[in-house]
Amino acid sequence: METAGLGVGGQGPGEGPALRAGLFVKEDDPREARNLSLAPGPQPLAPELLRFTTAGSVDDGKSTLIGRLLYDSKGVYEDQVASIRKATRNQTTGGLDLSLLTDGLRAEREQGITIDVAYRYFSTARRKFIIADTPGHEQYTRNMATGASTANLAIVLIDARYGVLPQSRRHAYIASLLGIPHVVVAVNKMDLVEFRQEVFENIRRDFEAFADQLEIRDVEFIPISALDGDNVVRPSSRTPWYRGPSLLEHLETVPIASDRNLTNFRFPVQTVIRPNLDFRGLAGQVASGVVRRGDAITVLPSGRRSRVKEIVTWEGSREEAFAPMSVTLCLEDELDVSRGDMLVSENDPVHAGRRFQTRVVWMSEKPLEAHHPYLLKHTTQMVQARIREVRHRVNIHTLEREPAEKLELNEIGLVEVETHRPLFFDPYSKNRATGSLILIDPLSNETVGAGMIVSAVTESLGQGRVTAAERRARFGHPPAILVIEDEELAYATERYLFDRGCQVHVLRGEPGEPLIAELTSAGTVLIVPSLGSPVSPRVRALRASKDSTPGSIWAGLVAANVGKPDISLRGEGI
Amino acid sequence: MPRSLTHLEALEAESMHIIREVAAEFERPVMLYSIGKDSSVMVRLAQKAFHPGPIPFPLLHIDTTYKFREMIEFRDRFCAEIGVKLVVHTNRKAIEEGASPFRLGTQKCCGLLKTRALLDALEEGGYDAAFGGARRDEEKSRAKERVYSFRDSFGQWNPKNQRPELWNLYNSRIDKGESIRVFPLSNWTELDVWHYIHQENIPIVPMYFAKLRPMVVRGESLIPVEHDIPLLPGEQPQMVMCRMRSLGCTYCTGAMRSEADTLPKIIDEMIQFRRSERENRVIDHDQDGSMEIKKREGYF
Repeated sequence: METAGLGVGGQGPGEGPALRAGLFVKEDDPREARNLSLAPGPQPLAPELLRFTTAGSVDDGKSTLIGRLLYDSKGVYEDQVASIRKATRNQTTGGLDLSLLTDGLRAEREQGITIDVAYRYFSTARRKFIIADTPGHEQYTRNMATGASTANLAIVLIDARYGVLPQSRRHAYIASLLGIPHVVVAVNKMDLVEFRQEVFENIRRDFEAFADQLEIRDVEFIPISALDGDNVVRPSSRTPWYRGPSLLEHLETVPIASDRNLTNFRFPVQTVIRPNLDFRGLAGQVASGVVRRGDAITVLPSGRRSRVKEIVTWEGSREEAFAPMSVTLCLEDELDVSRGDMLVSENDPVHAGRRFQTRVVWMSEKPLEAHHPYLLKHTTQMVQARIREVRHRVNIHTLEREPAEKLELNEIGLVEVETHRPLFFDPYSKNRATGSLILIDPLSNETVGAGMIVSAVTESLGQGRVTAAERRARFGHPPAILVIEDEELAYATERYLFDRGCQVHVLRGEPGEPLIAELTSAGTVLIVPSLGSPVSPRVRALRASKDSTPGSIWAGLVAANVGKPDISLRGEGI
Repeated sequence: MPRSLTHLEALEAESMHIIREVAAEFERPVMLYSIGKDSSVMVRLAQKAFHPGPIPFPLLHIDTTYKFREMIEFRDRFCAEIGVKLVVHTNRKAIEEGASPFRLGTQKCCGLLKTRALLDALEEGGYDAAFGGARRDEEKSRAKERVYSFRDSFGQWNPKNQRPELWNLYNSRIDKGESIRVFPLSNWTELDVWHYIHQENIPIVPMYFAKLRPMVVRGESLIPVEHDIPLLPGEQPQMVMCRMRSLGCTYCTGAMRSEADTLPKIIDEMIQFRRSERENRVIDHDQDGSMEIKKREGYF
């Protein structure tokens, strides 16, 4: 057992397993050791990254536990220890208050609470850890969702004296909602229940009964005392009945490689790199899956196909790239691809649609309301969106569904969303990167909600006569008239727009007014050689100049840089 | 071969993603360049993010005129070599009025020559996004900093007014006059930075390496002899084997006694001595919670 001399001047706790020293072994010539992973002889290990979140309520010892992990694994600098030693003396607590290592902002220290997600770092020879430390009071849901969004693992702290409380269940629920694959239930303050096995086993049973209802793949239970250090870094002699790993050992060894989706190739384009006419690279981070040189891919939304000609990086061309690498892809064909488009593997379609159901964690004082316009960011797309319907709210205390018309701050619910342009998505449970989204208030610019997509919604059957709005929604654009005198250009433009999903038609000769009116009310983009009498003021007419090309006409038609949907007409000349 | 990334590769991929997002979503980004090791890493990540193209935004250096000569030489050579546009800004007016750390004290001096100068430079350039090399592990008040840190139209930071950040979905929406500071190295630690510099062979200012240097020894502090630092009675500069743990202005950057004259030695030393790097900077110790106060005023 290790009780790490609390309050003893600056001394570490002695030798622990796999601690940081030895991460790098001396090397005399830096040039020779340039490429560390290839350098022969002494070399640093190349640890993996594990992100975890800690959830706990006030007073269950969360800050102390993190302080303990940082302190015992030497993730804390000596001057920081010195400064908390100074601060501890100002308070009433004896010894060294490890929780002061993590309670950062002045306002928080004064109030004795933590008010936001704080990120901490420590490493051992096996792994580097990023802790998202989330507070346990009223802003809890929002903060934990934030910390959980990038985590591989969640530590749920339970006070051994009180057992599984409603908030423990809430923590586990949010971990499961945000798709954290691994949960550790740390039963803390075992020293206050004389390290009795039955206390631990009862808590385990209670928690398991509840966790069965959640989608958590892997739950581990560990009896600890954060204050004394039992089973935190080293196994404790005070729990001889416990045969499992210490908390740190578990964090170091829990297998996370298979948590990533390496099956479905998804590549949202961030930006196009074009230093000269000979190079056109699509820069982005592989959201999921693997791509190899020569792979057949489909570009969305255009549906065009091509192959990967080269995977470009600063270090040179690669044979393959996988999530979450940031790379640049060059295609064999000159396709019109821009930010917001997505590359997927040819035989692995992604959902493309404007309507879907999503779970939402609401993060704003102003409630989420149906029909309110929001901006929605998903992968590299920012689109306008509106909530069609709130399906239900989840009662955070009972975890039961209740009918609701809006979602208040820190509430969680299921809503149906409609976007202005189609998104290319997967269910969050299958793919965190392409199933996640945030909602932004277009007036305040605040991030107001976090969404986890559940499923696509197919357009429901309408009622009565088909309206202009419905046609527009289906085609993704309003009707329009393009006046293009040149016949060749007219048909080239028709082809160009058609390939981008437009409802388009060329009329030659001298089309009469009734025919034009009929076709535009059917929602068509109509290409005519000339225009005599004025048409309905609701239909925009644009005239091609002698320099126009199909591309420039398209550019004139399309606001933003998206293909088929949402042609908002702008400008008079094209 | 297993398809997994080392932690440095994972951090690199994340940082490149952030840098590309900003370049794609903002009209006039700029990258703050302090000449220090973190800036050097950030610039390398930007080079990687847009390779084989050039870095699509300028670098901005806030020159207090109290920087070390070696830093300025390094800056000019480095920027010329990698072919990036460099903008240098100095608060000339304050300098002409005699602003100096010796006369004003470090707090006031920093306010004028760094914070004020930075805000002016950002406004003059019309920059709507500014990258900075700050890391969350540097100081406690930074542990809660966002990757996209929102600043109001006075360039000020309000800890209560920061947007939640989930996944890698950053909210780039701002109104006219507002801006964001972006910290692509948020999740890096000091040790990560050193490992990466070593692994990538990134050029850094030689002052990071130990060498005999003339120093004023004042209590525990080593203050470099440059810019006519006023000596206290009885003080004599002496040659000390030392290096800089972080680089700032000459007066405010304390050196540390060290023999580490290569990157592996520095890394090794870091693992042995666990003192956080800002400790050697005079400014952070002016008052309790001083970094938090500076940030509220607009300091990076």
